[in-house]
Amino acid sequence: MVTAAPAGRIEITDLGVVFGRDGRRVEAIRRFTLLTTPGEFVALLGPSGCGKTTVLNAVAGFVPPTVGRVVLDGEPVTEPGADRGMVFQQHSLFPWKTVLGNVEFGLKMRGIGPAARSTQARSYLSLVGLAGFERAYPGELSGGMQQRVGIARVLVNRPRVMLMDEPFGALDAQTRLAMQELLLGVWREVKTTVLFVTHDVDEAIFLADRVAVMTARPGQIRDLIPVKLARPRPAEIIATPEFMALKARVLAQVREESGRAWIEPRP
Amino acid sequence: MATAPLVRAPAARATAAAPLRLTSWRRPALRALSIGLFLLAWHVATLWGLDLYVRFQNIPSPGEVLAEAIELFSNRSFYVHIVASLERIWLGFAIATVLGVGLGLAIGWFAVAEDTLFPPIELFRPIPAVAWVPISIMLWPTERSSIVFITTLGAFFPIVLNTIHGVEGIDRQLVRAATSLGARRAAIFREVVLPGALPSIVTGLSVGMGVSWICLISAEMISGQFGVGYFTWVAYGIVKYPQIVVGMLTIGVLGMLSSLAVRLIGARFMPWLPRREKDGA
Ligand SMILES: Nc1ncnc2c1ncn2[C@@H]1O[C@H](COP(=O)(O)OP(=O)(O)OP(=O)(O)O)[C@@H](O)[C@H]1O
Ligand SMILES: [Mg+2]
Repeated sequence: MVTAAPAGRIEITDLGVVFGRDGRRVEAIRRFTLLTTPGEFVALLGPSGCGKTTVLNAVAGFVPPTVGRVVLDGEPVTEPGADRGMVFQQHSLFPWKTVLGNVEFGLKMRGIGPAARSTQARSYLSLVGLAGFERAYPGELSGGMQQRVGIARVLVNRPRVMLMDEPFGALDAQTRLAMQELLLGVWREVKTTVLFVTHDVDEAIFLADRVAVMTARPGQIRDLIPVKLARPRPAEIIATPEFMALKARVLAQVREESGRAWIEPRP
Repeated sequence: MATAPLVRAPAARATAAAPLRLTSWRRPALRALSIGLFLLAWHVATLWGLDLYVRFQNIPSPGEVLAEAIELFSNRSFYVHIVASLERIWLGFAIATVLGVGLGLAIGWFAVAEDTLFPPIELFRPIPAVAWVPISIMLWPTERSSIVFITTLGAFFPIVLNTIHGVEGIDRQLVRAATSLGARRAAIFREVVLPGALPSIVTGLSVGMGVSWICLISAEMISGQFGVGYFTWVAYGIVKYPQIVVGMLTIGVLGMLSSLAVRLIGARFMPWLPRREKDGA
């Protein structure tokens, strides 16, 4: 049931997003350009408020570009759709639906019958290690389990892109590590393009094919750093010299931009 | 010596959890005792005909009330009043639910509905339903319809306002999640807005049920020919004082059971909500 997703080439060109009007304009991102190859895992790092969520929202179709464009596999993004699933930081499951009901949601929207829905949803639940929790309500699950449901709920649609906005940011350190390994395992199966926002440099390098470091607001890409670490990556990889060297490089840039975010007066 | 208790205070606090184990029998016993004491005070006050600015000379004693209740409940005619009241509550509440939830969902979901329907609702809301009694008698052809109207009016406002509140309180992130899972507007309404607003709607129904009883009884006392409210008011006129208290207690019990029914039915539709337990304090 778990099969490879179709393409997933994101082309974000000269994207600019401005919120508000004349008096209280906030330029969230400016001339943001990023191209991904299908099936690529890109991590977005940057200081708080630099526009990371805005980039994801533009790809999801929640926020229209003020200038520039977002194109997915040759088609401009104009509205939200199931081909671009979003995993939020927390509290985004439907509390009134069971775990199974949440994962089935996208299939139900596509008009798939109850039996087929249930079979497919169950296979994605076992993919994220939650077989046996079908009947539970989200409120009865731990934060980590809720995020796994959130991932299964997106993947069951076989999206071309999975957008993840600090999906493990609210979890404790132990759970976060386990979730990172789980995500890599799942991603190896589905091979969908992933845009992953995080504050955590280790997390970005451990997961991604490329790490995009953003400037302070208005955010644009400051540097795109390829992570040439072999996969599958064991958890111990973060102690290797290669990893440390990358980390030092990324961290220096992030520090500099964070400093800028604090020091520069906001317009 | 005087400072010793202070020093020991933390230890005393640590053992404060112990009484929890006793609550299993202690709390019901305490409650029964409380009711017993109340009945005793009532009995004594009426027996001695106390006059402490509030006067108990004409107040029936618990024994008289009990005898009257037995008499009334073994008699068909009292049930006619109960049935009349229940029928009015049921009708009024049902109409208020349909109108209140329907309008509330529309007002909460469509800006146009908010602009066209909400202003009159806001205009009439501060007027207590009972103040409508004279107009209602003129408006409606029968006593029954005019009392049902008052009952509907009472329940309508809490229901519609809580429904609007529920829809407007829907988490935007859940709506976004639904759209990026392929949901269109109608599906969002059905799958996100309705269940998301349900807890607030049920709160509105529960409050509405309480208000509709208040309105029903007031309307029956003012303008009725039947009903428990009418019965209670007439008992005063014909100097059957124990009947007043039986009427009051009947109203209380019926009101309580209706609210309980609303809450139980509501809970059945919201299995995801944790059962709320009251803590011991
Ligand atoms: N709907 C909105 N209306 C007005 N301003 C907004 C809106 N959404 C975001 N902004 C502003 O745009 C800027 C970028 O916001 P965004 O949420 O994309 O940042 P972020 O990088 O995700 O931040 P964080 O790391 O704190 O999550 C911020 O200054 C924010 O205040
Ligand atoms: Mg953000």
